[in-house]
Amino acid sequence: MKRKILSAFAAAFLLGALTGCSGGSDNSLVVLNYGKYLDPEMLELFEEETGIHVEYEEYESPEEMYTKYKAGSIDYDLACTSDYMVQKLIGEGEVLEMNYDNIPGIKNLDQTYFEFSKAFDPENKYSMPYFFGTVGILYNTKMVDAFEVNTWDVLWDENYSGQIIMENSVRDSFMVPLKKLGYSLNTTDENELQKALDLLIDQKPLVYAYLVDESSDEMVAGNAAMALVYSGEAAAAKIYNKDLDYVVPMEGSNMWIDSWFLPKTCKHAQNAEKFLDFLCRKDVAMKNFEYVYYATPNLEVYKALDKEVQNDPTIFPPHEVLEDCEVLSSLDDDSTKLYNDLWKKLKSN
Amino acid sequence: MRKLKRQLCAGPYIVWIIGFTVLPILMILYYAFTTPEHRFTLENVLSIAEPIHLKALLLSVRLALECTVLCLLLSYPLAMILNGLKIKRQSFIVFIFVLPMWMNFMLRILAWQMLLSNNGIINSILQALGFSGVSILNTPAAVVFGMVYDFLPFMILPIYNSLVRIRSDVIEAAKDLGASNMIVFFRIIVPLTMSGVISGVIMVFVPALTSFVISDLLGGGKVLLIGNVIEQSFMQGMNWNLGSGLSIVLMVFVIASMAFMNSHTKETEGTAVW
Amino acid sequence: MVKKGIQRIYLIFIFLFLYLPIAVLIVLSFNDSKSRVSWGGFTFDWYIRLFESRSIMNAFYTTIFITLTSAVIATILGTLAAIGIGAMRKKGKAVMLGATNIPLLNADIVTGISLMLLFVRFTRLGMSTVLLAHITFNIPYVILNVLPKLNGLSQNTYEAALDLGATPLYAFYKIVWPDIRPGVFSGFLMAMTMSLDDFSITYFTKGAGIHTLSTMIYTELRKGIKPEMYALSTILFLIALILLLLMNYRSREDQINERRT
Repeated sequence: MKRKILSAFAAAFLLGALTGCSGGSDNSLVVLNYGKYLDPEMLELFEEETGIHVEYEEYESPEEMYTKYKAGSIDYDLACTSDYMVQKLIGEGEVLEMNYDNIPGIKNLDQTYFEFSKAFDPENKYSMPYFFGTVGILYNTKMVDAFEVNTWDVLWDENYSGQIIMENSVRDSFMVPLKKLGYSLNTTDENELQKALDLLIDQKPLVYAYLVDESSDEMVAGNAAMALVYSGEAAAAKIYNKDLDYVVPMEGSNMWIDSWFLPKTCKHAQNAEKFLDFLCRKDVAMKNFEYVYYATPNLEVYKALDKEVQNDPTIFPPHEVLEDCEVLSSLDDDSTKLYNDLWKKLKSN
Repeated sequence: MRKLKRQLCAGPYIVWIIGFTVLPILMILYYAFTTPEHRFTLENVLSIAEPIHLKALLLSVRLALECTVLCLLLSYPLAMILNGLKIKRQSFIVFIFVLPMWMNFMLRILAWQMLLSNNGIINSILQALGFSGVSILNTPAAVVFGMVYDFLPFMILPIYNSLVRIRSDVIEAAKDLGASNMIVFFRIIVPLTMSGVISGVIMVFVPALTSFVISDLLGGGKVLLIGNVIEQSFMQGMNWNLGSGLSIVLMVFVIASMAFMNSHTKETEGTAVW
Repeated sequence: MVKKGIQRIYLIFIFLFLYLPIAVLIVLSFNDSKSRVSWGGFTFDWYIRLFESRSIMNAFYTTIFITLTSAVIATILGTLAAIGIGAMRKKGKAVMLGATNIPLLNADIVTGISLMLLFVRFTRLGMSTVLLAHITFNIPYVILNVLPKLNGLSQNTYEAALDLGATPLYAFYKIVWPDIRPGVFSGFLMAMTMSLDDFSITYFTKGAGIHTLSTMIYTELRKGIKPEMYALSTILFLIALILLLLMNYRSREDQINERRT
């Protein structure tokens, strides 16, 4: 037995030495991104073309990424996260200015989305949009009529008791009652938030579950009638279940933009710029779009798509829908605490 | 002298404990008793008295107790049956119960989520058989179910191990002296397996009390346990001080309940036995 | 006879309970659809794609490396520690056992974050920090497995052997080792299992670009698990299962041999 263990150990050590323990080379790039948010083949292609070694890190939620980043454990060169988190980091002086001149490919991106980015990066100095979309209701057309889901009120309809899935995150869940009440989704007014909380508490008995990732799976399986989801997830879910459809209610919603930025810990700015330029390239952006299937700001990719995809409101939200949408902005510490306390109140109710 | 030499074997481990167990705990303590501005405060620790946190703690205790009792009720007869099979190699039994853990924990819980959902496999079978079907998913009951599933091996193995160690001549002697099966069970088997039961209870109760992934996945985000509160203050609230404070409270609570249990049972060799 | 039947049904019930989700995952590894809730027909594709994916294979090697290395080191340290603790007086023993229990008492996430805070202060996160963290939470499992096996006659026999002039190493190998071997083995097994299944602690202590299977699965939760993951998990599970069957086969042979002699 002992010998077996020893040889297994030696084999594992060799394997580890061959594969895992790389690093230390200076021609490298440390990238931090959402999970499954980049075609891994594109990483390999980039390494082949440039000889730059990419150390690729993934995370699940912006808050988690903040925790990892703030711990200062890893010197990231390039990161991608959502609007309000980019803003928070800019506010804390954690983001370097981006030199767009070194990223010629950026001309492929639709200028409109730099306009939208101004909500969190007012002078377009720090970020480059990567994917975007809306938050809305994914519903099963066999259980819910299309006219009903035109308003957020449907999420409080007792006929759908136990068939509603909400998002298991603070900002997304509060967005719904705030919009329903006609407030801004960035409000820090205690009264408005209290009213929103009361609505969410009223709604809780009707809710099947608060989920993040699995809501589209639950919808595909037909376990619920409606779910609050990101547009990208809805697009994927529709492929698997033809009965599903997606709508952004008329009261308006949240438009989100996930953007790249160079954090202060960046040690390989040149490599990071090369990587961003690479991501803007048409063939790469196309592969990435096919892999992630979220709306891309890349105009060259958009033009090359089928009419059917171009006009799919689930993937590319029409401009009139976007007009009613707001981008999340970051909250100060006190408001963050207020939101979190209200969230805990809802959950423990 | 020789004893001392042998005690030295623990030397590297003592160094290890100081470096990687005590030091990190000190860091958590530091965060627990300071504000983000590095000033001393009791607020983080005392915040356990807030209604929301207290409610979460009580719910955690309730679910952990339910889980522990269920595990014990399922495990004891199982361990007796396994012992009755007289399998020579005990490690074989250990392996059977450890084997499921070679599938990733999150994947297994996801699988349960699929099995238990409204249109899931279990409901389909139940409905085909003419039953009304169950809808326990996204309720506290589902969380207890998931915990029992995940922690059952930690109860079975110590009980089984203590059963195996009972020598059959002890039982035969008792029977020769006229003891009935009932008496043998309550006067010999139960007392002799007590140490196994205790370590099983600890190995199940503690992780059940601190878990947060199961309540998120099977509770549909509707069940807020103290583990969730701690996880949220670290990950979502970005409030490490509060998270540390609550962790310290939870740790003290766990240690206190273990001490309570140990004081109510007779001296047993080595509290936690596999 | 009825009792036997009930016992058998009960055993089957428990095994179903433990192995049903695993069956589901194995079925999913052959599902020709990226969604885990719809069946798209039988396919072997995921197994082929699995070996073509560099990132998954890297994560697999890293997992194996960390699991085996941490389990081996934890087993050596833990066995030594158990021998040391076994020779201690009551008080020392109580203190040591208390300290041993700490990692088991803490919520995973707290252990993970506290270790991260420590590592960040003194070194850079990387593969070695994950390894250190895994060894830390593995040692208690080894100690708790080995310690009970030490409380027997062997202590005195060991002393006697030394009195008769045996070297400590020889006496250990001949007297103590056979006693504790099953404990060391199950401790090693537990350590390996715990390390393989851990997510929270790995997540916080790993450096950039290092992935184990659990951290990979976690980051995939957001947009659906890649079916390759089911395939890989199935392979891992089958390897473990084959080991189990081999072990059982060998133990039967042992028994037969025992009877012959």
